[in-house]
Amino acid sequence: MKEFLAMGGYAAYVWTSYGITAFVVTLNVWLAQRRYRQALDAIRPAGTQAEPVRQPTVRRMT
Amino acid sequence: MSVFTSMLERDLKLAMRRWSEFATPLIFFVIISSLFPFALSPEVGALRAAGTGVLWIAALLSSLLALDGLFRTDMDDGSMEQLILSPASLGLLVFAKICAHWVVSGLPLILIAPVLALSFYLPAESLPTLMFALLLATPTLSALAAIGAALTVGLRSGGTLIGLLVLPLTAPVLIFGTRATDMAVHGESALGPLYLLGALAAFSLSLAPLASAAAIRVSVE
Amino acid sequence: MGLKRTFHLLGSPPTVYRLAGLLGPWVGIAAVILIAAGTYGGLVLAPPDYLQGDGFRIIYVHVPSAYIGLMAYELMAVAASVGFIWHMKIAHAVAVSAAPVGASFTFLALVTGAVWGKPMWGTYWQWADARLVSELVLLFLYLGVMLLRASFDDRDKGDRVSAVLAVVGVVNVPIIHYSVEWWSTLHQGPTIAQLDAPSITMDMLVPLLTMIAGFTLCFAWLILKRVQAEILDRESRARWVEQLVTGASA
Repeated sequence: MKEFLAMGGYAAYVWTSYGITAFVVTLNVWLAQRRYRQALDAIRPAGTQAEPVRQPTVRRMT
Repeated sequence: MSVFTSMLERDLKLAMRRWSEFATPLIFFVIISSLFPFALSPEVGALRAAGTGVLWIAALLSSLLALDGLFRTDMDDGSMEQLILSPASLGLLVFAKICAHWVVSGLPLILIAPVLALSFYLPAESLPTLMFALLLATPTLSALAAIGAALTVGLRSGGTLIGLLVLPLTAPVLIFGTRATDMAVHGESALGPLYLLGALAAFSLSLAPLASAAAIRVSVE
Repeated sequence: MGLKRTFHLLGSPPTVYRLAGLLGPWVGIAAVILIAAGTYGGLVLAPPDYLQGDGFRIIYVHVPSAYIGLMAYELMAVAASVGFIWHMKIAHAVAVSAAPVGASFTFLALVTGAVWGKPMWGTYWQWADARLVSELVLLFLYLGVMLLRASFDDRDKGDRVSAVLAVVGVVNVPIIHYSVEWWSTLHQGPTIAQLDAPSITMDMLVPLLTMIAGFTLCFAWLILKRVQAEILDRESRARWVEQLVTGASA
């Protein structure tokens, strides 16, 4: 296990790279989710407040 | 063809009236080149080594300086819409504007470059190659400048953004231009890089009018 | 007839939205599996390189990132052109979504390249490595497109103008790459090596391909999510969106 972590002496470089990669990928996932939630939230309050589109009432002329 | 020449004439006449359009890129070129020795060192060796790079960067920046005015004045006074509506192809008109831009910003650079090159202790034998390389490179720079100006003409203050957009695209010109000059400084034949500069010029001059016309149409809508 | 119908369906926002919603989880799960497998393969299964030892394992994150960075730019340019020519909002939505993701993967490629470079070259950066320098220019191109689009208040104009820039950029990428490579070979000493596994064997290659596939699916998941968000933004007044949202909150 120790040899695995040591990475033949390159531990600092290998683990830093993988760590940064994990960070960037996770960040992207989080940002994409956040973007999506923001888009939904932008509509929701407006959706509940907006009046539904009404068809114009047609009156008969008697 | 007459459309091209009349557009070219018009832009050049306008530029002649505002002589500052000629002067600004030129003065900028000279000033930037003159500032570098302060930043580097007055020694012959250091300046000769840096001279090629300094001159080309300064030429690049100066060419892009005159950018914003390329389409903006026509945009502001409403003549841009007239140009779009005219039966002539917008691409051809843009090409004429690129040529006018080159006369205003590129040509003076080429003429004054030898003087600045000598100030950087570059050998006199390299000067013809330098001028020829600039002759081939400045049309590409004008073409790229046109694209940048067209992309930002719809914005309030597009000035600094243009440079940011266009500069990465100028890397090949910079690479081949400096290489050609370096080879000439060392007494070698610079034919290879010069051919490549020519190819870049042909390529950019044929595509820039199309891209610029597309961008202008969008911005005017 | 089938192709035309598919094209029309792909242009319909509610269809694409629902399709993205359906595909998303599967793509995401597949991405996680492939990345996990690739990581295990790269860190454990692949034998150490005879020159670089275990240091070469950075290739398993560096190369996929670089690949995604480049692929995303091409996708962005293609999507933007389609949107420009056929006035398809969906295509522009894809282009908008591809930009920040592609830029961050390009940035990741640069950082992992720098970390890999330190033990190999002795420095964190090496101008003579043409591939890394090309990636730097690619990052600048991304930033340019993103900045240009952000400068426009009118979303439609922003879409179309940045589409022109994206196409100009994609045309220039091979030119820039070739000229940077040419330039770097001029000054290269014999000691400087490009970041790579010098001789790659099958058991080194398989985890790499797995990682590339995993990253690609991860990219796809990110795009699908962002496209969904874009569609909601752009179609916020449409009835199907209202129904979707009120139906969801009901």
